[in-house]
Amino acid sequence: MSVRVGDAAAAPDFQKAAKRLIANTQLRHNVRRATDVIRAKRAKVVAEVPEWEQLREAGHRIKEHTLRHLAAYLEQFENACVRAGGQVHWARDADEANRIIVDVVQTAYRNRAGSISDQMEVIKVKTMTSDEIGLNRALEAAGIVPHETDLADLVVQLGEDRPSHIVVPALHRNRAEIRRIFMEKMKLDELGERPEDLAEAARKYLREKFLRVRVAVSGANYAIAETGSVCVVESEGNGRMCLSLPEVLISLVGIEKVIPRLEDLEVFLQLLPRSATGERMNPYNSLWTGITPGDGPREFHVVLLDNGRTNVLRDAASRETLDCIRCGACLNVCPVYRQTGGHAYGSVYAGPIGAILTPQLQSMEHSTSLPYASSLCGACYEVCPVKIDIPEILIHLRSKVVEQGGAPLAERLAMKAASFAFAGKGRMEAAQKLTRIGQWPFAHGGKIRSLPGMLAGWTAVRDLQTAPKESFRQWWARREQNHDLQRGASS
Amino acid sequence: MLISLFIGCYNDTLFPETGKAVVAVLERLGNRVEFRQAQTCCGQMHYNTGYLGEALPLMKHFLDVFRTAETICIPSSSCVAMIRDHYPKMAAGDPSLEREVRELLPKVYEFSELLVSKLDVVEVGASFPHTVTLHPSCHSLRSLHIGSKPERLLQHVRGLKLLPLPAADQCCGFGGTFAIKNAEVSAAMLAEKVQCILDSGAEICTALDNSCLMHIGGALSRQRTGLRCLHLAEILASTEAGASK
Repeated sequence: MSVRVGDAAAAPDFQKAAKRLIANTQLRHNVRRATDVIRAKRAKVVAEVPEWEQLREAGHRIKEHTLRHLAAYLEQFENACVRAGGQVHWARDADEANRIIVDVVQTAYRNRAGSISDQMEVIKVKTMTSDEIGLNRALEAAGIVPHETDLADLVVQLGEDRPSHIVVPALHRNRAEIRRIFMEKMKLDELGERPEDLAEAARKYLREKFLRVRVAVSGANYAIAETGSVCVVESEGNGRMCLSLPEVLISLVGIEKVIPRLEDLEVFLQLLPRSATGERMNPYNSLWTGITPGDGPREFHVVLLDNGRTNVLRDAASRETLDCIRCGACLNVCPVYRQTGGHAYGSVYAGPIGAILTPQLQSMEHSTSLPYASSLCGACYEVCPVKIDIPEILIHLRSKVVEQGGAPLAERLAMKAASFAFAGKGRMEAAQKLTRIGQWPFAHGGKIRSLPGMLAGWTAVRDLQTAPKESFRQWWARREQNHDLQRGASS
Repeated sequence: MLISLFIGCYNDTLFPETGKAVVAVLERLGNRVEFRQAQTCCGQMHYNTGYLGEALPLMKHFLDVFRTAETICIPSSSCVAMIRDHYPKMAAGDPSLEREVRELLPKVYEFSELLVSKLDVVEVGASFPHTVTLHPSCHSLRSLHIGSKPERLLQHVRGLKLLPLPAADQCCGFGGTFAIKNAEVSAAMLAEKVQCILDSGAEICTALDNSCLMHIGGALSRQRTGLRCLHLAEILASTEAGASK
């Protein structure tokens, strides 16, 4: 089995990628603007719900319970889905999932046309999981043309770009950039500048595909074990078109997306829209069960994807990462994401959740810089609708990097030196003395303006104040001595 | 009340004035302060950077030093957060450590918590005729849930005008070793924080944590803004007669 998360294995370190992206002023402006808007909307609609904390707790508990009994719920889902006329496939990794989907698409075209002359195409509902497994590339390699139909995904696809946000994949683009992409790729001579002009262009471009293409690929927000139903929520209605018009529907579902009962949706359909887009309810909530003759797709396939998820389950200290309902709230509040945008994370999963999910899916091998892509400010944990303690998991993953010998030598030595110095009073005093001696070549007027090596990043933008001549403990000792002398003199 | 001061390794070395100010305020309010010389570091830097093996002996040392203390005052919300949030996790599985941590936690107070919640004081007899803005550090905000305690203390300082800080709850970008490992991102976050502080119109930025202030103050100094940072304790220690002893 080989787990692959998009191109994350080949992505540069977060630090390096961030450095490059921070120089992109347009991108940073777009990201700040967009996240400010979504944050404010979220804060407003969350404040309307007095029982928000209980809802978060309920979401957390349902996910915790489900993951503890995941195998049983997955089998229950499979049985119910098959009973309702669906076909369920199990995929261990990205390659297996891609093969299954390509095979279903090819079979669909063969059965229908009886000839291969038809151009094989699929329309896609927004699915980050398909980006995780690199589905579009696999489809193209098999001669199948994928069409993204989510507006933001369409912008990413036409712009030959990568998604930078799990809910708003083109969040790093502004209206002017989108207009330029549309004009070029849709071959339009004229296009207005208003949002409705852009929407109209996309509508015309997509409608034709909705009516023509016979096979659709979707992701899933929830798979309901009790009924075998699959649920997709979205804002545009383009998803609804893909889910209802084609003859064959394939839903790619990460195994952690299963929830036990239909009534559990009550919790998640409140948590998700308010957290994700600051809406009270998603404009489109699609829920379907198997197939219904004469209504919707005639063939329905579910591909249950592992791709490293059982690895994540193994570690009790961090398995709650799989609770994630992909709302993106942690990205929108993250002060690090705010500066870099999503591409710095080198994965389809960006932001705080990406920083803990990607390294775990890939068993840490290729993404040792991600657990450090956080100041541990805790804003992500505060907004997470299912209470994933992201800062704590980041620290846990950092300890794994250290255990595996992945931390830089200079840092390991510095940490060793510090733990040696902090072992007791005598050593601490000696270290403080060394600090005062060591700083003098760099100190000017109580400030250090330039330092070498690892610390150069600090003094690139900040002065560092020097350690004063007397530490607190020395001052205290002197004060105690004076007190003793005074007491001695007065007795 | 006898109060045992845990100063924190970086305050001890770099910001002794903060420690002196804590002593001045607590003594002015009629308390006795002790300083246990064997103290070193809470272990936060090691823990947060992933060096759990190095953090554990530091926790044990802390427990040894403060076992017999009655009330512990720490002028750093991030050290308090380390103790409250992480010591129980580090002790888990070792019943005697678990018990020691359980007994320790109710005795630990961040400086403003100690004043407002334990000593029930908001008026500490301070005078500080300056405009001030408060940077609510992430640990004080989201771990300690400190609420309005620092503001209430500042509002009772004679002559002090407290000005609101825009986007106050946004991290300043320090994050311990984050500022070194991700220096570029940290600098970008800092640039936004500095802009907000300038926009507040205050001449001084205060906080419960010298770690944030060292980072913010370093940029205020580098950019020759004419603004400076000062720990809350140093403001509260200032009187009409002068600054802390």
